[in-house]
Amino acid sequence: MNENYSDDLLRTVLKRTKVIACIGVSTNPIRPSHYVARYMGLRGYRVIPVNPVYAGEELLGEIVRGDLSELTDETVDMVDIFRRSEAVPPIVTQSLSLLPALQTIWMQIGVCHAEAAAEAEAAGVTVIQNRCPKIEYQRLFGELRKGGFNTGIISSRL
Amino acid sequence: MTDGPNYGFDTLQVHAGARPDPATGARQTPIYQSTSYVFRDADHAAALFNLQEVGYIYSRLTNPTVAVLQERIATLEGGVGAVCCSSGHAAQIMSLFPLMGPGCNVVVSTRLYGGSITQFSQTIKRFGWSATFVDFDDTDAVAAAIDDDTRAVFCESVSNPGGYVTDIPAIAAIADKAGLPLIVDNTSATPYLCRPIEMGATLVVHSTTKYLTGSGTVTGGCVVDSGKFDWSQSDKFPSLSAPEPAYHGLKFHETFGELAFTFHGIAIGLRDLGMTMNPQGAHYTLLGIETLSLRMDRHVANAKKIAAWLEKDDRIEKVTYAGLESSPYAERAGKLYPKGAGALFTCAVKGGYDACIKLVDNLEIFSHVANLGDTRSLIIHPASTTHRQLTEEQQEAAGAAPDTVRLSIGIETVEDLLADLDQALNKATAA
Repeated sequence: MNENYSDDLLRTVLKRTKVIACIGVSTNPIRPSHYVARYMGLRGYRVIPVNPVYAGEELLGEIVRGDLSELTDETVDMVDIFRRSEAVPPIVTQSLSLLPALQTIWMQIGVCHAEAAAEAEAAGVTVIQNRCPKIEYQRLFGELRKGGFNTGIISSRL
Repeated sequence: MTDGPNYGFDTLQVHAGARPDPATGARQTPIYQSTSYVFRDADHAAALFNLQEVGYIYSRLTNPTVAVLQERIATLEGGVGAVCCSSGHAAQIMSLFPLMGPGCNVVVSTRLYGGSITQFSQTIKRFGWSATFVDFDDTDAVAAAIDDDTRAVFCESVSNPGGYVTDIPAIAAIADKAGLPLIVDNTSATPYLCRPIEMGATLVVHSTTKYLTGSGTVTGGCVVDSGKFDWSQSDKFPSLSAPEPAYHGLKFHETFGELAFTFHGIAIGLRDLGMTMNPQGAHYTLLGIETLSLRMDRHVANAKKIAAWLEKDDRIEKVTYAGLESSPYAERAGKLYPKGAGALFTCAVKGGYDACIKLVDNLEIFSHVANLGDTRSLIIHPASTTHRQLTEEQQEAAGAAPDTVRLSIGIETVEDLLADLDQALNKATAA
């Protein structure tokens, strides 16, 4: 499950993305789905939470949507999936048909689905599996340096 | 992980981790001699304490100078992250701590530094852990020593006191088949001579006191994680795969993926064991690593010449150096350690224990110290010092018999080192 994505690709995705639909966000602040969404919001992305369990509640400055069909008027360009791998195919199919601005399907650590990924890629959408956008953001834009992680970045510039 | 230019080792040893200081533009990494760091606001503090953001809280956990060293060693070893700590012994405990629990064991090579043998055979029992020592050339015995309670396999790349190099790919295959991480102590080889992760190791530990720092200035240790081990493949590693009560039930592997071991090392290991490296020490080690490859090439060249000279000398019984053609490990060393089998070896002196003591006492350039990997040439008689707590059988197995001295060859002019050995051997073996 350790797909190799180039730093250039990940950096491109994170730079071009403006609006993220987070599927399966929890209202519990210690769950990764919650604090990843919160973190991306702090970094300037518009994050729209999607979770039928909390539909209609306010979370991270947005109203939680029950389903992707409630996002057709939004310019969602990335769908970030916090669900079990088995739940991925209908989310991908729905995203491809409902979200005209969609550029990226991102599956969190532990989430993978080869057929669904192929379907999205065939439609021209970038797919990242088994990664966390927060960790990649932290790595590529300097924050992970503070923890002694190998960022792969060599630079003599400020 | 990276798709930038494929930088060479010499470039990485100078630059990895060390961009100009963001606050001042300082080109050399500043020594951040500060215990604590200001939070932007309460939310920032909460996110840091909950491991939701990476940043500085308190220097027991993270420090800007130490972080540069961690990233540099992680990069040179080809790992995803590293945690530095106060010594090589601390690194060994830090590497085992997330894996072990009471009743668990680690399968360990008999060919280890004497202090490690004592740490594994005696001290870890106080945690309810145990070690099973095996001859790692007997791969069947290594596989047979692994049982349901085994949580790791441990060896040194180039072993201390020398003369032996481990067949890391063979041992890694056994560990992998058993679903266990292989921990390799790469102190004596350094990532310049050996990259254990490329050969299948999960974790690499270092005493940074030795070649990495290089000039014998500070003690330190480091644990590098390859990021390649699936901690959730079994229920054997609950510290990494199961909910952590101290962090509201956070699961490290689920949350941090390939960075889980390193996050755990900071958030649990350093936080609660407290074996922190200080920033001044990290500074010295960073300076040392900048010249690592240059020094290692000289260390190896000098060691080869001196070992070959000693081997031909009739005052010497035998020389145990994997870099000699006569070594039973010459082929393995040539294949797995092509840049050299380190600069650490032993020789047996005719005249036994007493001659060894006299040799050590009569040297003028070689220093009699309990250290290795210094720019200075060093010598020690393990049986009367570093390995004296061991039984004679353990001493033999570790290559530290009573008639044996260990040499750590420095970077001085090799003719001067040969002359020093020559005059001291004359005195040691005089009737």
